Amino acid sequence: MAKKLMKGCEAIGEAAIQAGCRLFFGYPITPQNEIPEYLSGRLPQVGGTFVQAESEVAAVNMLYGAAGAGCRCFTSSSSPGISLMMEGMSYIAASELPVVFVNIMRAGPGLGGILPSQADYFQATKGGGHGDYRVLVLAPSTVQEAADLTMQAFELADKYRNPVMILGDGLIGQMMEPVEFKTRIEPADLPEKPWATTGARGRSPNIINSLYLKPEELEQHNWDLVAKYREMAGEVRHELYRCDDDLDVLVVAYGTVARIARTSIDALREKGVKVGLFRPVTLYPYPTEALVTTAERAGKLLVAELSTGQMVEDVRAALQGRRPVEFFGRAGGMVMSAEELADQVEKLAAVTA
Amino acid sequence: MYNEIIMAGFGGQGVLLIGKLLAYAGMKAGFEVTWMPAYGPEMRGGTCNCTVVLSDRQVGSPISRNPHGAVVLNLQSIDKFEPTVRPGGVLVVNTSLINRAVTRQDLMVVPVAANQIALEAGSAKATNMVALGAFLGATGLVNLALVKDIVAEQFGKRPNIVQVNHACLSKGFEIGQTHASVVAAR
Repeated sequence: MAKKLMKGCEAIGEAAIQAGCRLFFGYPITPQNEIPEYLSGRLPQVGGTFVQAESEVAAVNMLYGAAGAGCRCFTSSSSPGISLMMEGMSYIAASELPVVFVNIMRAGPGLGGILPSQADYFQATKGGGHGDYRVLVLAPSTVQEAADLTMQAFELADKYRNPVMILGDGLIGQMMEPVEFKTRIEPADLPEKPWATTGARGRSPNIINSLYLKPEELEQHNWDLVAKYREMAGEVRHELYRCDDDLDVLVVAYGTVARIARTSIDALREKGVKVGLFRPVTLYPYPTEALVTTAERAGKLLVAELSTGQMVEDVRAALQGRRPVEFFGRAGGMVMSAEELADQVEKLAAVTA
Repeated sequence: MYNEIIMAGFGGQGVLLIGKLLAYAGMKAGFEVTWMPAYGPEMRGGTCNCTVVLSDRQVGSPISRNPHGAVVLNLQSIDKFEPTVRPGGVLVVNTSLINRAVTRQDLMVVPVAANQIALEAGSAKATNMVALGAFLGATGLVNLALVKDIVAEQFGKRPNIVQVNHACLSKGFEIGQTHASVVAAR
């Protein structure tokens, strides 16, 4: 397929179809409405089903059922809608079902606002719902990457039988960029899921459940999940930008802020400031080792986020005091300009020198 | 090459569309491109804008505080964006609806009576095309023929719309080009 100019939201919708997903359950909320809008037209064309549920709570439980029956399925929502889905996500994680969630974050707390924000980092990376569970979290910073990661999210969800979340914001969702779909998977080509509840003809029934009344069994289930999360650690991904030499400042940022940081870094490099970018692509598992290795060549770290400070805690935990870690954040839908971020880096670099 | 352009006007004037056309043409010309609409509450207040970035390397921020160029179709938009354009940048001004002079002395200002020209060409709806044409004529950022091809592709089922849009793009282009050459000769 040739390159097309698409909105991030549309690219995510098309990527799901290219990944062989034929089921969407969701409920409208800005700024991700272009995903259900796109799929409501596109899914019927490919024999799929688009369901606008009566609420997010209903949608997530439809996903629980569809995934349990072995179908590739996904939903998209935005912060308050994702919060409503958290009970169901916990059940899905507990029952070890593959479901892809897309959260096009808006600013919070509460109803908040529709502009770009990264305020749901904690919710996404620390489980989100009740109980000890984790979700694999992928954070695209371009429209092409949003498409690629969405396709991979379905594979990862199946591989680990675990929810996978695409974490973006209104900038990634509303922006248009060229995008190309290189592979196409037909639903018929997807591997079988022998654990799914597909009717027990000729075999003993499969049971999908998250209720364990015996604490010994439930504890074991918890440790089994942890073993799976340890395995998931092999999926860590990150990207470096202009980190070839020793650095005065290493900027750590993901998604929208990472691309703003690229512009800041280009401008600072022209002025001779030694600055580079570490961009985590997986937010859970976090690319801790790679970050520590990169940070060894940097004087200081600056974590930049569209929040009042969330990922910075993971960076500080990774560095364990080995380097000073400063924070710069904007919140409420205010997006930092490249110049504003560059100023912060420059000030920090001056202190280092 | 790194070029950030803001297109701004009333909702309904088609600024998002000409932004998309510019981005699409830029993509076909081999540039890295982004198109970013302002989707915040200001859309409800009657004004509307988008930012297009054309670059020969991967685009970082798709939003701009100081664009290289701006196309402003109404008074609110010139008030908002005139002060932000970089020195030496281009400002296309729709004089049909903007009845004040540009105060900045350090810009290449392209005045164009876009509504009037579009009306004369057959449809006031093509005001945006006159403005886009003027911008392309003044900057030469992407080839006019490329934009015309895309218009033909997008509105192919309605040949009269294609024709009016093409006429408006050409008319605007001439004005932009003439203006740029006058500025260059000075």
